[in-house]
This record gives sequence, structure tokens and C-alpha cells, in this order.
Amino acid sequence: MSNPITRRRLLWSVPVILIAVAGVGVAKMMQPPPADLDLSLAKPTDQGLYTAAVEPGLSPIAVGTMHGWVVSITTPDGTPVETAEITVDGGMPQHGHGLPTEPEVSANLGGGRYQIEGMKFNMPGWWVVNLAVDGPAGPDTVTFNIVL
Amino acid sequence: MRASTLLLAALIAGSATATYRAISPKTNWTDEEARLVLSLGLSKLPPLPADPSNAVADDPRAAELGKALFFDTRFSANGKVACGTCHLPDRQFQDDLARAKGVGVTARRTMPIAGTAYSPWLFWDGRKDSQWAQALGPLESAVEHGTDRAFIAHLIETHYADQYAALFGPLPSLADVPNHASPTGLGPVLDDWMALDDTRRDAVNRVFANVGKAIAAFERTITPRPSRFDAYVDALAAGKDTVGLLSLQEEEGLRIFVGKGECTKCHNGPLLTDNFFHNTGVAAVPGLPEDQGRSLGTDQVLADPFNCLGPYSDADPGDCAELKYLAKAGHEMTRAYKPPSLRGVAGRPPYMHAGQIATLGDVLVHYNTAPAAPDGHSELEPLNLTSTELASLEAFLVSLDPISTEAQP
Ligand code: HEC
Ligand code: HEC
Ligand SMILES: [Cu+2]
Repeated sequence: MSNPITRRRLLWSVPVILIAVAGVGVAKMMQPPPADLDLSLAKPTDQGLYTAAVEPGLSPIAVGTMHGWVVSITTPDGTPVETAEITVDGGMPQHGHGLPTEPEVSANLGGGRYQIEGMKFNMPGWWVVNLAVDGPAGPDTVTFNIVL
Repeated sequence: MRASTLLLAALIAGSATATYRAISPKTNWTDEEARLVLSLGLSKLPPLPADPSNAVADDPRAAELGKALFFDTRFSANGKVACGTCHLPDRQFQDDLARAKGVGVTARRTMPIAGTAYSPWLFWDGRKDSQWAQALGPLESAVEHGTDRAFIAHLIETHYADQYAALFGPLPSLADVPNHASPTGLGPVLDDWMALDDTRRDAVNRVFANVGKAIAAFERTITPRPSRFDAYVDALAAGKDTVGLLSLQEEEGLRIFVGKGECTKCHNGPLLTDNFFHNTGVAAVPGLPEDQGRSLGTDQVLADPFNCLGPYSDADPGDCAELKYLAKAGHEMTRAYKPPSLRGVAGRPPYMHAGQIATLGDVLVHYNTAPAAPDGHSELEPLNLTSTELASLEAFLVSLDPISTEAQP
């Protein structure tokens, strides 16, 4: 089960750093997302403990449609992490709100792949999806950016 | 290209239409604006989503029974109230009142029904998760129909037994069921429910749920009608000439709607609602009990025995993703309400969940000034639009009126 305090901190620390780095002030709405947003769907986790890759089950992701994601976790040398605990959080940094749903891992698909259900984005614009990954190497976090 | 520039050009050329054509409508929108505008057109509306929780959702016989029930005033405490009393077919299935009048007066405004089959959540606070579960609410509300589920089951037995049996199988025996009984009732109505055994309670609940399922089958046929705006979007999508489909003012209003008005944050997609919940700082109505909006609605829908995961749902648990992954109520959901579809909105004042705002113009003033919420936190920020811009925005909203005013269905 996820700890609400950790979830909250996760949700806000990452975007705040991103905003600071991108040099934009906090949130006048309807502004375009930062130009240099990293939109990659595979990347090392923040402390480099794992590599995380996500495959949204809907392509392109449509505003307002519930769907699932598959997350793959490996060690930096590419070995699948079979026993990760993953929690999901997210929101719109420019609007100051979270996800309209509470997605969860619904199945360990094996081979370091995990099924996440309950993903939904109810507005056009820039979204962040934060994963907290706890595996053999310890806890780490990673943020994916989505622009709808 | 801004409308002011266009207007200037129009004045010089002496005819707005001719100038507009010359400027080429295709280059009139930025890519981002065009993307948003196109996403709002009715032709982007997907086919009706299946309702796995309702096995008769798409059965025409159920829709026919549901239609009869929808307009049957016998299903009320005083014999005068039907769903159609508040949801008038020739008035977009609403009643033009700030607060509805049934057996008593409701605390909220009647919502239009078109397109609600697309919404995962029903009511202003989303305390129901399907059209059929929603329909059960007003029947037992003391201020709407003022009846109870035992009474409803008996009425079905008396007036609709054959139609019912054809859809759901023979009615259970109601011989030992008192005239009035419900777990949501008061006094003797509750006492009589408590006195029923589980088998009879279940039988009554099942008939009650099936009444909702038939009504829902009818409501699924109530869909939004095309507007002038949709004709404009279709032309834009096809790369055709959009001249004359919207006026310059309406077009400018549309630009504000998808742009600095920030309306598509919440009023997005072909129904112009995200079907989620937002606190927009609408005033509380003095004298009414405290209204917490979605924060109470989440608890209620999770506890509802008629929800997608309950014993009267026809869905597999795997089909209940909305309920399963529902965001638990936090501070964000205090006094948060479902944005109504803006289709046809100009033709149905007053506005907001208890009719707090009388005119469309005043609604736009509300958005422009973004007053603080009476409780919780408003998601709005002042827009500081000029009065000309507000007038354009209002003109655009009028273009969302259905072209045909013919009653449906
Ligand atoms: C007394 C007037 C009245 C009657 C009778 C009535 N309704 Fe309503 N209806 C309302 C009001 C008021 C609301 C909003 C209530 C709320 O959110 O708490 C509403 C909401 C709804 C909604 C939700 C729409 C949405 O977008 O979520 C639907 C659907 C609906 N009613 C259908 C029905 C059906 C079906 C019946 C008959 C079984 C019925 N109503 C009877 C007044 C009425
Ligand atoms: C943060 C989300 C949000 C934004 C942004 C937003 N709306 Fe709304 N809108 C809502 C909600 C929620 C309601 C219902 C509020 C209530 O009843 O308390 C609503 C109600 C309305 C209504 C009244 C509809 C009715 O039937 O009562 C109109 C008209 C409207 N909005 C137009 C607009 C326009 C125009 C804009 C842009 C200037 C806009 N909205 C921006 C969420 C939003
Ligand atoms: Cu947002």
C-alpha cells in the first residue's frame, strides 16, 4: 500500500524541480508546456538504480479515456526486476492538480513487466506521471511527461 | 489572424464575408487552436459506450418500457410526478428552474440528460456510476417522486408485468411484500423493510434495479443534436470553406474558449465536459444544508449497493474500472461538481448546480472574476477579459444550440 505522504511529496517535488530547471514561473494556465520537456517513455530512475520504460495501452492517448499502461523495470545492466513494488501518481504541474483516478499495479506480468490499470487524463495539456519503484536495489522514483 | 484585424480589413473591403474568404479560413487557426477546435466537434463523439452493468442497455424493448416509465406519473407519492416532469423532452430534458419541483423542492438544479450515457458519473456530485443506478435515486427521493422500492415493484406487477417478464423473466411473488418498504425510507417504510427476509428484500431490489435498467435503455437514446458550431468544425476538418458558418464574433469567442479563456480545461471533448469534478467557486445557496459536492459523492457511490460492483450489476468486476480506480475524495473535491455539457447551454438558464447564476452573461462574469469558493478551493483564476471578449465568448456559446429544436426522441 502506498504511503500518502510519500505519494504527495513525489507528486510535487519532481514537477517543481522541472519547472525550476525549465525556468518558467509557477503556473499561469494554458501556457504551453516547457519547450525542452523530456517526452521519452524509457529512462533511468532518478537515482539511477533502475531503468523504467512505459507503454501506454492507448496510442495516441486520448483525453478522458481510461486505459492501462505496461511498465518494465530493469537494473541498469538490463536485467529484468521481477519483484518491484510500484506506485503511481501524477498530475498537471501547470494547473496544480493530480490525476482524476488512482491507478494501481493490477498484475505482475513477469519478466520485469507490470500492468498498471486506471490511467486517465481529463484535460489537454502537460501531465506528469510519477512512478515510485521499490526493488532489490532500494526505492527510487521516475517521472514521465505526457502532452495531450 | 485576430478578429480585430479581420474587422478592420472587412471595413476597408466593405464586406466582412468577402474579406474573410479572401483571407483563407484554413490559415485562420494556429495548429494548437485547430487541434482543440476539431476535438470539440460532434462528429468526434465515439459510438455509445457499452454499459456492461446493464444487460438490457441496448434492447429496444427495454427502451420502450423505459420510455413509458419515464413519463408515468403513477410512480410518485402524489400521482403527479414522473421523470419527465423535471426532464422535459422539448426543453433539453430539463425544467428551466433553479431548483426542481417534484413532490417537494430539490436542493439542486435539474440536469439535462443528452449524452449522459458517456459519463462515468451521474448527478452533479457523481454519487451514481450508471444511468440505471441514477434512475433509482429520484424514485425514492422524498422531494422528487417520493416513493419507495416496494411500491414501485407493486406498480410494475400491476401495470407492466408482461413487458417486464419479456425482458427480465417472471416477476417474483410480491404477495408478502408490504405496499411501502425501503431501506432508505423513514418510520414505517423503514420498519417494514427491516421486517422483510433477505429473499424478499433481494426480490424487491432486483425489480427496482430492473426498472432503472429499462429507464437507462431509454436514456441511452437521448443524444446531443448537431449545432452550427458542428457544421463549422466539419467544414474545417474537411478543409472546406467555413465562411458564414459562424460569425466573426462567434469565431473569436471560440478562439477565446480554446485559448485564453481556458474553458477546455474542463469543458473538453465533443460533449464539452470532462465528466470529472471541479470546484469553480460557485456560491452556496443561503438557507440550504451544506453541499460538499464530490467529496460526499465519492463515499456515496462506493457505498451504493446498485453500483457497478454490487449484486444487481450485470458487469464483471473487471468492467468496473471507473469505480475501482476512483480518486478518493481529498481537499480538491470539496464543493467540486461535474461540468455540464455546454451543448444547448444558452437555451437553458439558470445556471450552475443550484441555479445560482441567472444568465449566461453573468456566468462569464463569474469566470472573468473567479470569486473565492465558499468552501474548498476554486480552480479558477481571473481571466481579465474585456467586455468585447466576453460578448464574443457568449456569442460562441449560443452557436452550440441545436439547429433543430424538434423534441427528442
Ligand atoms: C423533481 C424533479 C426531478 C425528477 C422527478 C427527476 N429528476 Fe432527474 N434530476 C433532477 C435534479 C435536481 C438532478 C440533479 C440532482 C443532484 O445532482 O443531486 C437530476 C439529475 C438527473 C440525472 C443526472 C444527469 C447527469 O448529467 O449526471 C439524470 C440522468 C436524471 N436526473 C434522470 C432522471 C430520471 C430517470 C428520473 C425518473 C426516475 C428523474 N431524473 C426524475 C430532478 C429531477
Ligand atoms: C476548472 C474547470 C472549469 C473551467 C476552466 C471552466 N468551467 Fe465552466 N463549469 C465547470 C463546472 C464544474 C461547472 C458547474 C459548476 C457548479 O454548478 O457548481 C461549470 C458550469 C459552466 C456553465 C453553466 C452550465 C450549466 O448548465 O449550469 C457554463 C455556461 C460554463 N461553465 C462555461 C464555461 C466557460 C465559457 C469557460 C471558460 C471561460 C468555463 N466554463 C471554464 C468547470 C469549469
Ligand atoms: Cu488540468
